[in-house]
Amino acid sequence: MTIWEQVGPYLASAWVVLGALAAVFGIVLAVANRFFSVTVDPRQEQIEEALPKANCGACGYGGCAAYAEAIVQGKADANLCMPGGAETAVKIGKIMGLAVAAAAPKVAVVKCQGSCQNTFNRFHYIGQRDCRAAAATQYGQTACPYGCLGFGTCVQACPFDAMVMDPQTGLPRVLEDKCMACGTCAEVCPKNIIEILPRDRYVHVLCRNRDVGKIVRQVCKVGCIACHKCEKVCPVEGGAVHVADNLATVDMKTCISCGKCAQECPVACIGNFRSLRREAKKRTGAAAEAA
Amino acid sequence: MRITTVEVGYVELAIGSILISNFVLMKFLGLCPYLGVTKKTSDSVGMGLAVIFVMTLASAVTAALYRHVLLPSSPDHTNVLALLGIPVPAEGLVLVLKTISYILVIAGLVQFIEMVLRKTVPALYRALGIYLPLITTNCAVLGVALLNTTDWKGSASGLPVHLAAFNGFCAGVGFLLAMILMSGIRERLAEARVPKALRGIPIAFICAGLMALAFMGFTKLFGITV
Repeated sequence: MTIWEQVGPYLASAWVVLGALAAVFGIVLAVANRFFSVTVDPRQEQIEEALPKANCGACGYGGCAAYAEAIVQGKADANLCMPGGAETAVKIGKIMGLAVAAAAPKVAVVKCQGSCQNTFNRFHYIGQRDCRAAAATQYGQTACPYGCLGFGTCVQACPFDAMVMDPQTGLPRVLEDKCMACGTCAEVCPKNIIEILPRDRYVHVLCRNRDVGKIVRQVCKVGCIACHKCEKVCPVEGGAVHVADNLATVDMKTCISCGKCAQECPVACIGNFRSLRREAKKRTGAAAEAA
Repeated sequence: MRITTVEVGYVELAIGSILISNFVLMKFLGLCPYLGVTKKTSDSVGMGLAVIFVMTLASAVTAALYRHVLLPSSPDHTNVLALLGIPVPAEGLVLVLKTISYILVIAGLVQFIEMVLRKTVPALYRALGIYLPLITTNCAVLGVALLNTTDWKGSASGLPVHLAAFNGFCAGVGFLLAMILMSGIRERLAEARVPKALRGIPIAFICAGLMALAFMGFTKLFGITV
């Protein structure tokens, strides 16, 4: 049999079937394309390109694509991207034709100094090694019910690898150079120990315990005992540090970061980040100069 | 070729396709999305629903295609082409056109769903990502279409259109069930202490194997053999 004799009987029918199928689906898809088309603003893609694409959620949207969409629809400000910073805000401003001012830089601060040396555990916790799971078990195994549980949920959650667990203290440490203030660690911490605060405020009370001083002394060496000494030495008019509910808090708006309260505190629960950040600035300044 | 009536009820089809011959766990079809999308239960549910929709429609269309276009005419039914006067070979177009026309139908349907999803549920569209076009080449969808029509209990004419559509629906439900079970396990596995060498895909494969073993317990459930 020649090839034509073999194939012949099928030619007409096969062509018709496939042709008809293709035509039908072609029409269906063309019509669907008309009714279900999605018009994408070209600026949206440009903005997505300009964003760092870390999908950290600091802007408050579920990812860089969602934030770009919100900007183009006019629902979001252009300077909400924390990792992008001023650079990205300016780029977005150019694309959208707006004048943009960058938001003040922020950083994560861990407000607990309850290290292995300073406090102890009430019970031995055997369970999921996750702070949220531990917190659900009678407020966690630490003696201080407000304190850090040390399982590193915040470290794992950080999308920029800007947190490390200090093996000596058992507390998380923020690598301030890398921290983009996206707020993921603050959200994830079940004790709300981490706060996102302005970088230019150097003095913070590193404790969240609201029990009376006598009880705090029993559970932690460096817990705030509400002695009011910090209040007394504050040079600011009206006071920039206040004790309320047995806990001292520094007011970010009025504090001038002089560090007097940190020096006066008898339990050393107020931290002064001035030297740390000045050194960091020197390092980046030197690097920028060398570059 | 005479149409042989297939004596099977809806309950038999349902239990057969969902439990006894689960497409993922017993037939081992559609393993790519099974392992790729099951990291989050919400993604798995979305994918499973999309697959149910594709499988039902594909089964219906391919069964109709098979009965009325590919099979040669017989006293019980007529071939559409013969009606239109186009010469059809004596043994029909089955051997020649079956696979390619089924693929064409499935590809068209998946494209249609992709467009609809992109407009109506963009979050799901983004979550499924690459796995949506992968339904096109997914052996499970082609598998259910082929098994309905040509392999059904040795019957050469396969299931009628309504039963084929129902079987496709049940196969999709079985797929959804397997996905939900797997994603439930994997979400908990993420926090468990798995040995370093087995973390990620290896432990997922081991779980899949154990689940398949478990599903073998459904063989001959209620005396149904499928």
